[in-house]
Amino acid sequence: MNVLLVLPILIPLVTAAVSLLAWRRPRWQRWLGIGGAAALLAASLALLESVRNGGIQTAQMGDWPAPFGITLVADLFSAIMVVMAGLVGFAVVVYSTATVDHRRESFGYYPLLHILLMGVCGAFLTGDIFNLYVWFEVMLIASFVLLALGGEREQLEGAFKYVTLNLMSSALFLAAVGILYGVAGTLNMADLARKLPQVEQSGLVTTLAMLFLVAFGIKAAAFPLFFWLPASYHTPPVAVSALFAGLLTKVGVYALIRVFTLLFTQEVSYTHTLILAVAGLTMVTGVLGAMAQNEFRRILSFHIVSQIGYMLMGLGLFTVAGLAGSIFYIMHHIIVKTNLFLISGVANHFRGTYQLKELGGLYRAYPGLAVLFLIPALSLAGVPPLSGFFAKLGLLQAGLATGQYAIVATALGVSLLTLISMTKIWAEAFWKPAAAPSVDPPAAGTGTPQDPSQHDPPKGSLALFAPVVVLAVLTLTMGLVAEPFVGLAIQAAHQLMNPAGYIEAVLGGRP
Amino acid sequence: MSSLILRTATRLLKPLMLFFSVFVLLRGHNEPGGGFAGGLMAAAAFALYTITFDVPSARSALRIDPHNLVGAGLLLAAISGGISLLQGRPFLTGQWIALPVPGVGEVALGTVLLFDTGVYMVVLGVTLLIIWSLAEE
Repeated sequence: MNVLLVLPILIPLVTAAVSLLAWRRPRWQRWLGIGGAAALLAASLALLESVRNGGIQTAQMGDWPAPFGITLVADLFSAIMVVMAGLVGFAVVVYSTATVDHRRESFGYYPLLHILLMGVCGAFLTGDIFNLYVWFEVMLIASFVLLALGGEREQLEGAFKYVTLNLMSSALFLAAVGILYGVAGTLNMADLARKLPQVEQSGLVTTLAMLFLVAFGIKAAAFPLFFWLPASYHTPPVAVSALFAGLLTKVGVYALIRVFTLLFTQEVSYTHTLILAVAGLTMVTGVLGAMAQNEFRRILSFHIVSQIGYMLMGLGLFTVAGLAGSIFYIMHHIIVKTNLFLISGVANHFRGTYQLKELGGLYRAYPGLAVLFLIPALSLAGVPPLSGFFAKLGLLQAGLATGQYAIVATALGVSLLTLISMTKIWAEAFWKPAAAPSVDPPAAGTGTPQDPSQHDPPKGSLALFAPVVVLAVLTLTMGLVAEPFVGLAIQAAHQLMNPAGYIEAVLGGRP
Repeated sequence: MSSLILRTATRLLKPLMLFFSVFVLLRGHNEPGGGFAGGLMAAAAFALYTITFDVPSARSALRIDPHNLVGAGLLLAAISGGISLLQGRPFLTGQWIALPVPGVGEVALGTVLLFDTGVYMVVLGVTLLIIWSLAEE
């Protein structure tokens, strides 16, 4: 069984290594990438299945017993996140084969992508807080390079902000881990969960909790430390944006949920109330930022920030229903947000721009694309039959149940603003007639000589549309057949709220 | 740089440094040393060669593309961890065989050495990639 725990880390590693061996053959790298991502998705589904049937799975790396060695742990929440990583990874790799230029491919785009996936999966699976730091670094270094790869002026500017703030966060994280080790004398998270309540200086533990909150808050792009995200996510190729948007901030959210359900639950009235306040402010600032933007991907980037607020809201409520809402929200959000970015890339593929002013007439030219956009866009806003509705409903009910009316009102208001913002993209990019000057300037910008007038729209390939369609279908499925997904989220939330099972699985009877 | 002294010294030093790097790699098993230090020493040998002659001749002296070296090293490290999986033990558990060597006795050979060799290759490859791309600027 515990082979399954290693596979989500091993598969991307081997794929990246073999891709490096095929350095001069981008075609091979493409196929290797697709194969590796498919294998990762299959392995992650198998892992989820085994966790669902067999309870929390653990594996002691190198056969070193639990509190001393590094333990890989998969509870339901971890397994769900790994499946999400596999899904987004697969969609993005397929999409990349149609959109990433040869220059980037020849500078190791695919190996980096897989190293990034390895870092993400490792962060989801590790049961050791220092090891979590290591996976964060693996992930960040790969993302730095992916962000800057290509070396366009705008990209470097975005990458600079991204790198600076993320390095600060890493430094804080590392310092916090160091102090934590000084206080508790262990780094295994299950062991920490047992030992932290016995620490005499409970004030120090709360201080540590705040350090972790800031460090992970930066990574998750929570208020007030989110500025790096909208400053950088619109600069790299769209496949990279989509992967970052889908996964990276969610690793921060995952880490927050993990440490604030397992480790720092001593002063819930202080820490989790603070998280709730942060959640509300994150929602509001994110959506207000989005209202002010006029570029497709920048709007979406600000919406990521806003949505992070919803995910934190469930954690701040700190009830089973709240966490279940958060987990369902994360599943929904990863699929929807990745899809929206991919669609912005398709629009750019056809029109050569992300500026809403210059876009337009997409509905007339590509009605299919318009429908594909509407599904995730309405889902993001939380319109009933779609996945976003159930995600928000779950959170709102949890909020009402605990009497946190302020955050419920905020969440509702932000939903409305999200809808307005999505309507803006719809009206500008899809509905309004194609911009008049599109005869010349945008066509010249793309540099493709056969770039057409509107009567002869460029064709999209299978690799361009297949991921978008699959993700849209998944959004629909999660909305129309919400029951099993909600059930899974509730089960995962139960495991999070009762950490005894997690501790038992790691430290109890050794396999 | 075309100093006669440097060229002569490099010809002598490079094999010596490479030999020493392998020694450090093997020594790292029970004493200070290991794949990382060994890989850096090997990279230093090629860096010296690059300074003395130039990048293309250093590249041909290495014979293989450093990218491939990095890939192969990663793969080797992954395989060394995977061997224990095949035997039903957790990932990265050290597996040992005793190899009788005439004149020395039994030498314990383990997957740890394989892992270290992988590290050696990755460090050598990455360091040379950095040095050569800077030298070519």
